[in-house]
Amino acid sequence: MKNLNFVLKKLIRMLLLLAAVSVAAFGLVSLSPIDPLQANVGQAALGSMSEEQKDKLKSYWGVDTPPVERYLNWAKDFVRGDMGVSLLYRQNVSDVIAVKLVNSLFLLLFAWVISGVLGLALGILAGVNRGRWPDKAVKVYSLTIASTPAFWLALLLLMIFAVWLKVLPVGLSVPIGMEAESVTFLDRVRHAILPAVTLSITGVANIALHTRQKVIDVMESEYVLFAQARGESTWQIIRHHCLRNILLPAMTLQFASISEIIGGSVLVEQVFSYPGLGQAAVTAGTGSDVPLLLGITMITALIVFAGNFLANVLYGVVDPRIRRGGERG
Amino acid sequence: MKKRLCWNQRTKTLILLAVAVFYLAGVAVWGLVGRESALVTDFSRKNLTPSLSYLFGTDWLGRDMLARTVTGLSISIIIGVCAAAVSAVIAGLLGVAAATLGKKVDAVITWLIDLIMGIPHILLLILISFAAGKGLTGVILGVSLTHWTSLARVIRAEVLQLKESTYIRTAEKLGHSKWRIAKKHMLPHLIPQFLVGLVLLFPHAILHEASITFLGFGLSTEQPAIGVILSESMKYLVTGKWWLALFPGLMLVLTVMLFDLLGECLRKLTDPGSVHR
Repeated sequence: MKNLNFVLKKLIRMLLLLAAVSVAAFGLVSLSPIDPLQANVGQAALGSMSEEQKDKLKSYWGVDTPPVERYLNWAKDFVRGDMGVSLLYRQNVSDVIAVKLVNSLFLLLFAWVISGVLGLALGILAGVNRGRWPDKAVKVYSLTIASTPAFWLALLLLMIFAVWLKVLPVGLSVPIGMEAESVTFLDRVRHAILPAVTLSITGVANIALHTRQKVIDVMESEYVLFAQARGESTWQIIRHHCLRNILLPAMTLQFASISEIIGGSVLVEQVFSYPGLGQAAVTAGTGSDVPLLLGITMITALIVFAGNFLANVLYGVVDPRIRRGGERG
Repeated sequence: MKKRLCWNQRTKTLILLAVAVFYLAGVAVWGLVGRESALVTDFSRKNLTPSLSYLFGTDWLGRDMLARTVTGLSISIIIGVCAAAVSAVIAGLLGVAAATLGKKVDAVITWLIDLIMGIPHILLLILISFAAGKGLTGVILGVSLTHWTSLARVIRAEVLQLKESTYIRTAEKLGHSKWRIAKKHMLPHLIPQFLVGLVLLFPHAILHEASITFLGFGLSTEQPAIGVILSESMKYLVTGKWWLALFPGLMLVLTVMLFDLLGECLRKLTDPGSVHR
């Protein structure tokens, strides 16, 4: 019963946050001084139009209704699953997002899993060997990557593998000028390798660094000292003491990294012109496609919050203290 | 540790600090002075690979990439400093407010932090820059309004902890005024935390500034910020002009790393647990 209450509380909190994100995003977008007519139709074309045509355009881009009313209309439709029509793609926003999300999902999942597994492994390796060369190598790697913008790393990889060695394609998710049916799964994978690797490289650094810190804390504890005195091997200590104690922070990190990976994908997709959600966000932003921009913001926020929510629920499953004790803090 | 030369944390930090200040001043001055030369186009020296006279090479308009990179860095650094300072002040105010002004304010502020952290950072920057009508103001606003969250959390936690500590409670019982307690007992604790946070915010601010300008929000091509330079170079990479992207990016990475290290060193110095290592 208590568990259910806890889950329900978190769920309500998540929905409230989501609603707040929608208000904030909508507010920001309405603040914009960019006139969608000027930006997309152009001054010259506007000048040569009749008033009637202009009015038609104005209602198409939604310039003539007050913001609060527009928000309520938009929110009502959104709850019903209708996110409006993308102005640039001239399709339903939900359709555009569905296509782009599927493209991105491969990248995101790949990077998420790799950075989680590899980050954890490297972090443990460094933490256990504190001060020795594996630790130093991991630290140098993590600190360097932490200071490197994802898009520059993407550019470097692009230069090395696509331009210089010519082993991987420069961009896009399928070969240019190929019919949709003849694109094989392998083609798609080949095009996703570079962006996915870039995202993983940046993701690993952060997780490894944080895991290392936790492992060091564990290794300095008295129960590990006692375990060593009992003659447990390093591997046994890792398995019996280290892993169990860093599981919770590792989970937090893993779910918190969703937000970062999505953010990174925006930059990386731009470099590789990979037609995913991130690139769509940039196109929507530069092209003043408000419905699409809002839709993407909501979907990514939903993914991030869902991740946090899942982490919270999983705590209850994994941590015996929460499982038995109910509410804490 | 035998006779190996081992600088302690304090010397290391001082050296880093000196290098950082020197570097900042150097880039800023050079960037301002060399601004003209960064925009000079000269078609007789188009697309030169890096050489002794043009260390970073030249681009497709014959502009000296070294001058462009330094000017770009100086723009990025100025934006980064402003943004980090604004963010730190917001973080300080909201962090202290959350910890001292009662439960309701605390709930609102922590909720706000969760809200901002829920939207991926880049996306939030895009939204803010869109709201400000793109251009320089959008970039500065975006970068300074989104970086305060983590530092605000740290400061809030610190003040909450301080409030419960024995010596502050004793001071309260002794009848000291709230203002006096805040000034004499809390500030000395908070200031180092705050300064370290400020230094650590700076590299983040620069990275995000570069990212958002790279995506095409913000500065025009006449203002060669690092992001703009790199995004321009993208079109020429496929033809093998690697130096256009390599060096400006490398300089950016070095700058960020320098301040990251400095911040870490300062953090270790202010943390009593690791100060003597």
